[in-house]
Amino acid sequence: MSTSADMRTKAVLPNEAARPASRKRRMAPGELGRHLSTTTLLWVFAIGFAFPLLWFILSSFKPAGDLFSYPLTLLPKQWTLTGYATAWQSFNFAQYFGNTIVVACVTTVLTVAASCATGYALAKYSNRWLKVFFVCILATTMLPTEVMLAPSFLVVRDLGLYNSLAGIIVPSILTATGVLMFRAFFLTVPDDLVEAARIDGARELSIFFRIMVPLSRPIMVTLAIFSFQWRWNDYIWPLLVLNDPNKFTLQIGIESIVGAQNINWSVLLGASVISMIPLVLIYLVFQKYVMNANINAGLKD
Amino acid sequence: MTLTGNATAVSASEREGTPAPKLRRMRPNRYTAAPLILISANVVLFALFFVWPAVIGFGYSFTDYTGVGDPQFVGAKNYLDLVGDPSFYSALLRTLEFTLMVVPLSYVVSLLIANFMVSKYAKGKPVARIIFFLPWLVSPIITGVVWRWLFGENFGLVNFVIESLGGKPVPWQSNANLSLLVVVFAATWAGMAFSMLLFIAAIKNVPTSYYEAAALDGAGPARLFFSITLPNIAPTSFIVILLTTIGTMKEYALFVSLNNGGPGTDNNLLVQYIYQTGFQRGQIGYASAASFVLMIILMAVALIQLAVNRKAASR
Repeated sequence: MSTSADMRTKAVLPNEAARPASRKRRMAPGELGRHLSTTTLLWVFAIGFAFPLLWFILSSFKPAGDLFSYPLTLLPKQWTLTGYATAWQSFNFAQYFGNTIVVACVTTVLTVAASCATGYALAKYSNRWLKVFFVCILATTMLPTEVMLAPSFLVVRDLGLYNSLAGIIVPSILTATGVLMFRAFFLTVPDDLVEAARIDGARELSIFFRIMVPLSRPIMVTLAIFSFQWRWNDYIWPLLVLNDPNKFTLQIGIESIVGAQNINWSVLLGASVISMIPLVLIYLVFQKYVMNANINAGLKD
Repeated sequence: MTLTGNATAVSASEREGTPAPKLRRMRPNRYTAAPLILISANVVLFALFFVWPAVIGFGYSFTDYTGVGDPQFVGAKNYLDLVGDPSFYSALLRTLEFTLMVVPLSYVVSLLIANFMVSKYAKGKPVARIIFFLPWLVSPIITGVVWRWLFGENFGLVNFVIESLGGKPVPWQSNANLSLLVVVFAATWAGMAFSMLLFIAAIKNVPTSYYEAAALDGAGPARLFFSITLPNIAPTSFIVILLTTIGTMKEYALFVSLNNGGPGTDNNLLVQYIYQTGFQRGQIGYASAASFVLMIILMAVALIQLAVNRKAASR
């Protein structure tokens, strides 16, 4: 509290001198000027962000022969889906799709369940072991798979998970981000709620399942989307664990096109765009859970 | 009861562990068993996929293990070899350069856009929101492909535009530094949305009364941002910088598809170096040693940031 008061005085004092000028400037063009400038800046960034993808997608509709023909044109002179058709036929795409969907869905369900339980325990209980485990969870953010590639690979091999989809799923369930998201959420849930339930005689685990799990539904959806995206887009771990081309995921399949001596851009563009479609659809349907991840919803004191 | 007040109160009682635990010790069963059940799944996973690999990785880093056969203990040879390996140094240096470019750029861009996205003056936010978020959905492999397509030296749109305007084609692929710059753009483009999301949530949680009071006192938009928004979202800034740093230091897939660590081996980062020594050359012991160096760097980064954050919070 004292810090915010300090801040406010700090904010006010130096401004005293500049005050009349700035007020005049803001009053004269009115709100319109700010609307215009903010909106313009926003859209300059938005167009900049949209452009790489827009160019990529538009190019994917060009016939293979036109891809490199100068002068380049933004819109295809002639729209075609041959790139997509070739991509779909020349790779085991349906199989890759299926594999990726299985991996992403199963991991997501397990991640949400494990993270919710752990996050709640870390937020609403306090003992030495939980503190130790919290530090352990934090430490895992510094121990991403990439850092322990070789030993993680040996562990998965020794567990007999090599070359199986389970070998991708099981090691990915524990995510620090998920746990921390739920912990942050449950920290905002008033302790009174837990105490009141205890006074009413509720058992600890039923407080969790009956009160806390339903409360955290928005976080669940948010984490589910994140997790689905992480697993859909995973590259290095599936690359190591999977050996059988029938078990490959989409990203490995696409990388094999990029890694070729001469990249077949027509196929690559089509394959890449196809691989993005599911995530874009999920995002468009559930975007309010991602963007309005307002952790405080419904819990205002 | 402000949010920030709440959060600091919680972390303070956590650190000092004052009266609450004493009370709880009276009834140990109820408050010990339940949380342990709740965390059990993640504890097992943590033991299996973090502790176990870390332990054997540490062990193998002192051996010449190749993945098969019996590992021979070679002492600190792997670490000594690493110190004398110029390609390890260049990978390490390149990783640090990459991180030092991506983290600030990504931080500034995401915070700036987050501010636009919560501004009542901006029009078209729902559409802009979708646009800003799309890159996050794109996998690192595809991100690399998208930017490779845009910055291709002989076929990319960027060079075409430069040439059309009378410039010389820019060697985006054959010049190592320019090539890295393209990856920096791509990484910022791809990672911005997640940081932006965290910032938007944080900015929305700053009590509006702060802004109203300051605005009444005549504070302009810049002043509001630096004196109210920035200090109030400090914990989020910490998380964003930490996550971006770690994400950047372990970047691999983006490089694979954008320039495959090239030209030559100039843009090989640490993870690629580890992957190549460990899995293409089969030197698991040596790769484990390199992994440990990367891990120690990440730990150091996190601890430094944590210390800075603590210091800032206690001020």
